[in-house]
Amino acid sequence: MTQSKKKSFDVGTWVIPLIAVIIAMVIAGIMMKFQGADPFRAYKTLFMTSFGSVKGFSATLGKATPLVLAGLAVTIGLRAGLFNIGAQGQLVSGALGTAWAGYTLTGLPAYIHLPIAILFGIFFGGLVGLIAGALKAYRGVHEVITTIMLNSIIMGLSDYLVVYHFREPGQLLTRTREVLPSARLPFVFSLPFGFFIAIALAAVAWWIMANTTSGFRFETVGRNKFAAWYAGISVKRTLMTAMMISGGIAGLGGAVETLGVTYRFEPAFNAGLGFDGITIALLGRAHPLGIIPGAILIGGMRAGASNMQFVAGVATELVDLLMALILFFVTAPLVTRFFKNSGSKSVTGGWGA
Amino acid sequence: MKRHLTKRNLFILLIAIATGYFYSKDGSITTSVVSTATSFALPLALAAMVGIMCERTGIVNIGIEGTLLTSAFVAFFVSSMTHNILIGLTASVAIGSLLGLLLAVMSVSWKMDQIIAGTIINILATGLTSFLYVQGRTIPATFPEYDIPKLMDIPFFGQVLFMHGPLFYFGLFVILSLYVALFKTTWGLRSRAVGEHPSSADTAGVSVLRLRYINVTIAGAIGGLTGSFLSLELVGSFERGFTAGKGFTALALMIFGRWNPLGALAAAMFFGMTQAYANQLMIDQVVQIPTQFITILPYILTIIVLAISAGKVRAPAAEGQPYEKENA
Repeated sequence: MTQSKKKSFDVGTWVIPLIAVIIAMVIAGIMMKFQGADPFRAYKTLFMTSFGSVKGFSATLGKATPLVLAGLAVTIGLRAGLFNIGAQGQLVSGALGTAWAGYTLTGLPAYIHLPIAILFGIFFGGLVGLIAGALKAYRGVHEVITTIMLNSIIMGLSDYLVVYHFREPGQLLTRTREVLPSARLPFVFSLPFGFFIAIALAAVAWWIMANTTSGFRFETVGRNKFAAWYAGISVKRTLMTAMMISGGIAGLGGAVETLGVTYRFEPAFNAGLGFDGITIALLGRAHPLGIIPGAILIGGMRAGASNMQFVAGVATELVDLLMALILFFVTAPLVTRFFKNSGSKSVTGGWGA
Repeated sequence: MKRHLTKRNLFILLIAIATGYFYSKDGSITTSVVSTATSFALPLALAAMVGIMCERTGIVNIGIEGTLLTSAFVAFFVSSMTHNILIGLTASVAIGSLLGLLLAVMSVSWKMDQIIAGTIINILATGLTSFLYVQGRTIPATFPEYDIPKLMDIPFFGQVLFMHGPLFYFGLFVILSLYVALFKTTWGLRSRAVGEHPSSADTAGVSVLRLRYINVTIAGAIGGLTGSFLSLELVGSFERGFTAGKGFTALALMIFGRWNPLGALAAAMFFGMTQAYANQLMIDQVVQIPTQFITILPYILTIIVLAISAGKVRAPAAEGQPYEKENA
């Protein structure tokens, strides 16, 4: 995590992920061949659907938006030495909160309704993050386990809430009503507005990390808790804040997805977005701007997957496989170039720390 | 430390009292509830053994979930394709060991961040199993229940402990022998030394890296066994996301049981009981609980259990740190 800013834009930053993507595609291609599908046709459909037209590209950016935010959430955590695997649960809480605010609050003009709905998402995401952060800071419970557990808890709770309380009247499906038009995110030049929010936030996060005291505090805690403590930084408070911000960003991801793409909450809608965030953060080497290309690539694959299944008969889960392989190959060389070079201890120590 | 011990004993006591109370009211139902609890608990306890094996030698294994998922998948699909559950079992233990070996390569040789190494295993497992998953496959049979003669006639304990399938007994055997091996043998002493103070172990002539490799790989094999138990004996099917976080719960049990096989077994039993009782309450309609709450109960328990114990227990000292020889 601790490479200097200049170094983090060296050739390896681009070449290694690129090579990883190619190797992953070759391996997944061989597996497709074994399943009796045509990998070339599959890949061509996959990428032509998502990057071949303005409409397709708009869909890609729509898919990429929550991914940028989920990746940013995980990145912020990593910077402070926290591995937030709970972006998924935080994102879902945000999505549900936003959807609720989006269809319950009536009679508001868009310029009030939209921000309020978004704030609901940030609030609930941040709240879930804060739970994990507080448990880490005050009870020494490792965030990886709490966030995983919270993911499952949120999944059950949101399902319960929708089934018993928020279900669309007369609807058999487990889903809420649609958010009102006054809370929907607009399109700018037929590109989803949420994407620009996400990019702007990533840039702001990068600037804060690089140039402010708060950013410095985060990084110091992330690198060495004892040094940070010695320097008079409140480690506990920093950890809690980091988890809360991380959760809030993930919640924003859920909000933007709800208000810009799905327009309602349905438990299955947001499946896996938070986990994609982990892959994206590691692909982008925990750099707030570095996550953007990975998010667009994975967003594109997600956007083109169903058409690929239709045309080439390859299961949409190919994307999960590709992502896993990419992550594996991008991280393996990181051994020497990144994690080991950092010289500091690993991102995460034992369970007690 | 002392205070913590009594707290855990209190848990066990509470469970015993509750069980006794229910048993006096309706013996046969209570017996079957506790028997179900044991079946719930065993895979969790076994998965916790994977964690204990690794962490006692200083390797954090957060990839247990992925190991379980992959091996349950392999067990099921290989059995389905070969029409032979023994081949499925063998294949799943093999794939488990392979994943253990992969973790060892990443964390011991490549000196990667171990949490990230484990996460890679988890993501790989999810990707592979969901891509290769085919709907509608079946296996010829699950491992049949084998009631141990004589022992099964003991009231209560007979059905709870001695009316299960072969993998259950084998799993229990693994847990007990790991306890003995860890605390009563040279291997155990060496392993624990490597986990606590690798450079001292090294000085004493123990090959730190080799022992870590061996233990993490064996741990993977135990993970494979656990996966087999889930898909070939307990459930008899497989679907995407089949293991539903059991690997992570196992880590919590490991911590709650203080990296001790018997402690983890007790913790797993506590877990299994809570869930079995909650299920029974729902079936009896004693209380109207939405199913979602029953589903999330183990996860909430995991967090509570950790919040109680995490700050107070001590993990193996060298955990999570790659070992580098000084002056090598």
